[in-house]
Amino acid sequence: MSENTYFDMNRRSFLKSTAAAGALVLGTYFMGGAPRAMAGVLAKPAENAKRANLFIALRPDGMVEVTCHRSEMGQQIRTAIAQIVADEMEAAWDKVIVIQGKGDPKYGDQNTDGSRSIRFNMQRLREMGSSVRYMMQHAAAKRWGVEPSTCVAEQHVVTHTSGKTLAYKDLIDDALTITPPEADKLKLKERKEWRYINTGMAHIDLQDIVTGKATFAADVREPKALVAIIERPPVVGGKVKSFNADKAKAVNGVVDVIEIPAPKGAPQFQPKGGLAIIANNTWAAWQGRKALDVTWDDGANGDYNSANFKEQLLNTVNAPQALVREKGDALSVLEKASDKLVADYYVPHLAQAPMEPPCATAMYYKDRVDVWAATQNPQADMETVGAMVGMDKEKINVHVTMLGGAFGRKSKPDFSAEAAFLSMKTGKPIRVQWTREDDIQHGFYHAVSAQHVEAALDENGKIDAYLHRTAFSPIASTFQEGANAPFSFELDLGFTDNPILTPNMKLERGEAPAKARIGWMRSVSNIFHAFAVQSFINEAAHKAGKDPKNYLLEVIGPDRIIDVTDQKAEYQNYWGDKSVYPLDTGRLRNVIEKVSDMAGWGRNMPKGRGLGIAAHRSFLTYVATVVEVEVSDAGDLSVIKSWVAIDAGTVVNTDTVKNQTQGGSVYGITTAISDGITFDKGRVQQSNFHNYRVPRMSDSPLEVEVEVIESDAPPAGVGEPATPVYAPALCNAIFAACGKRIRQLPIGNQLKA
Amino acid sequence: MITFTVNGNKHEFSGDPSTPVLWYLRDELNLTGPKFGCGMAQCGACTVHIDGMAQRSCVLPVSAVQGRKITTIEGLSENGDHPVQKAWVEHKVPQCGFCQCGQIMQAASLLSTNPTPSDEEIVENMSGNICRCGTYPRIHKAIKSASKSISSNAGVSYFDPTQAGEEA
Repeated sequence: MSENTYFDMNRRSFLKSTAAAGALVLGTYFMGGAPRAMAGVLAKPAENAKRANLFIALRPDGMVEVTCHRSEMGQQIRTAIAQIVADEMEAAWDKVIVIQGKGDPKYGDQNTDGSRSIRFNMQRLREMGSSVRYMMQHAAAKRWGVEPSTCVAEQHVVTHTSGKTLAYKDLIDDALTITPPEADKLKLKERKEWRYINTGMAHIDLQDIVTGKATFAADVREPKALVAIIERPPVVGGKVKSFNADKAKAVNGVVDVIEIPAPKGAPQFQPKGGLAIIANNTWAAWQGRKALDVTWDDGANGDYNSANFKEQLLNTVNAPQALVREKGDALSVLEKASDKLVADYYVPHLAQAPMEPPCATAMYYKDRVDVWAATQNPQADMETVGAMVGMDKEKINVHVTMLGGAFGRKSKPDFSAEAAFLSMKTGKPIRVQWTREDDIQHGFYHAVSAQHVEAALDENGKIDAYLHRTAFSPIASTFQEGANAPFSFELDLGFTDNPILTPNMKLERGEAPAKARIGWMRSVSNIFHAFAVQSFINEAAHKAGKDPKNYLLEVIGPDRIIDVTDQKAEYQNYWGDKSVYPLDTGRLRNVIEKVSDMAGWGRNMPKGRGLGIAAHRSFLTYVATVVEVEVSDAGDLSVIKSWVAIDAGTVVNTDTVKNQTQGGSVYGITTAISDGITFDKGRVQQSNFHNYRVPRMSDSPLEVEVEVIESDAPPAGVGEPATPVYAPALCNAIFAACGKRIRQLPIGNQLKA
Repeated sequence: MITFTVNGNKHEFSGDPSTPVLWYLRDELNLTGPKFGCGMAQCGACTVHIDGMAQRSCVLPVSAVQGRKITTIEGLSENGDHPVQKAWVEHKVPQCGFCQCGQIMQAASLLSTNPTPSDEEIVENMSGNICRCGTYPRIHKAIKSASKSISSNAGVSYFDPTQAGEEA
């Protein structure tokens, strides 16, 4: 080890430190003060936490190590972060290596959800890369005794106008004497100078994935690790009553049966409790579990029944509730209206069902715990594991593997806490493997919801007054015991920010208890809010006898910026500054017009075929989708093709955005065709992919044509925004194809009737 | 004692013969290319080849592979350059990547018996493999590409301008 040099953006100076020998390590201040895990889906970036803590290292061999502090779950963030840094620092792409950052508050927020990795980080990553390029350019100039302006740093080499050159790796010592300017005086590249950013370059993990070399959570091979499979209480809050440990231990390979304590208070990310079967291999643990003969005390949630709860939610939204946003006097206009449209919508619980079920390996030591986990938020693992084993969170080392899909499930690290607890009890490294049944039955579910919408239409179909009530089991309940009312951010997502232009609008929210653990799933409450709003507008179009696309544009109205806080509403705008990320209906109009062109909206459709459209802004991104379906006389549904226009502002990897948009669309099919998650006697009634259907190739359109709108607006979200529009576009297409209106999801047998 | 080969190497197994091949491969041989996704042949993440044909290893007991040849993604090609793997790279199919080894093994098996499948045949053969990221449109296109390169296996490939650049 030798002394090394870190650059501190705050002090504008270098700090001596010990690090990998001979490397120039550049850090920049980042958003520090990591938000508590419970802030969940919309953690707010902290401001002004200027610490030298996100690193680019230039090694003596010339390789550049870029640290990715966000989790890789298919959105190719590892590639995107490298693209941004390498572009601004003018690194040769084949000399860039990505290092996966461990859980550490020094990085600032690491909670990889809310579609915000690029939005929160792009500017700082650019500044960091640019600072290195500056140092390379100025170091070479100093060595040569020439004006820096006569030197150009490009592709790992600085070239002087005379033609002489110096490689980056030969400038490391010189660069330590160079101080780059303040961030606001750095000369970042102009867009036209970008060579990696805003291209569709292949992602860095592609070859590892297609050869089976990528390491997902269950692929972590700790040689002495034992495997644990856990039988958890089927009802949230339930406890073990009796079990047969001897019978389980009699299974060859089973080492032990260990009880995990029941959680206390609000669920948070605590394990559910239950009985862990510890074995030498996975199959033995699996067999041992079956031999346990466990019985349970179900507790207070043993009465949870989805059919009854649905009635409760529908009753709630059909009565006045707490005000969220108000303009004019919607109620009195509605009372007097001669032409009214009234509709109730329902969307069930859903499970994220990532392809890799939750899994973590942990090794407990006296003074620390090492964890390897598929986690979206390693800092939440640090807190949750620390609390579980009674250790300071700083002592929990969390290594982040490839995620194998996540969709919100893996920002709740109950599985890491299970592994750490069992390692503490056994003194051995433990890999906790969730089965698919565990994943489907012990999740943090997408909230079940009901929506009630009413509108008064004038003689031209214009909406004179609009009333919308929402009720759902809130995410708030996961963090506050007994919470019945949603966090305001749950309403922000597609409810409070309704873009309909009308003189009279009233938005209300009801209360609903949570009898299961509720969590966020890709695009969160946008799913049911967009389903209601976009279905309702389509219904109104048909009632008014207007073309649904034209009508959609009409109800959104002329291009303008909407600030709902003028209408007694609280609205956090995904924690985006509203002057930087305003709700701009012009951009919404633009994607609608674009997607209509792509899909050939208005063309004649054969019998049984139909086009449906929906548009929605979420995660500060504007998406419009057209779906073409065919419904046979027998009521069989085929999704033929989809078109999506997405305006996410500046995008880093154009192909990734397309892939995410295609995938986010297919994910949206789940809402429509899945059986949903239902409960009886507090127990989830689905167990695996045979009865919790997720889209297969036969359910998916074979083409999802995506147009990424070219934009120099600031970067917005990409991972989630394609999902909420899909189910309403699909159901609107079904109506166009066969005249059947789907107000309740899943579609189930409704087309057969 | 049950004997068989895995990726060309001979192996013997004397444990519980009901052990699924998947857990044998993962836990005993540390071959982690075949993935666990469902444990009941519903998702295809565990797909391997048994004597060249795709099978779900999560429900296949070791007792059933006596004398058989097991191939995992690790043994599909020496340098990761099987036509299906190349097509997957060309079309940048993967997102999270977890299901893709199973998808590739399924597609390779399909093309080995039917080098020029129709669109419908691809859908039929691939609908047992779930991709939760929803990469189905790209999987479909990649199989068409691989089919082209396998069926025109004359040692010459031609530049196709419609295949260049980004995915649609």
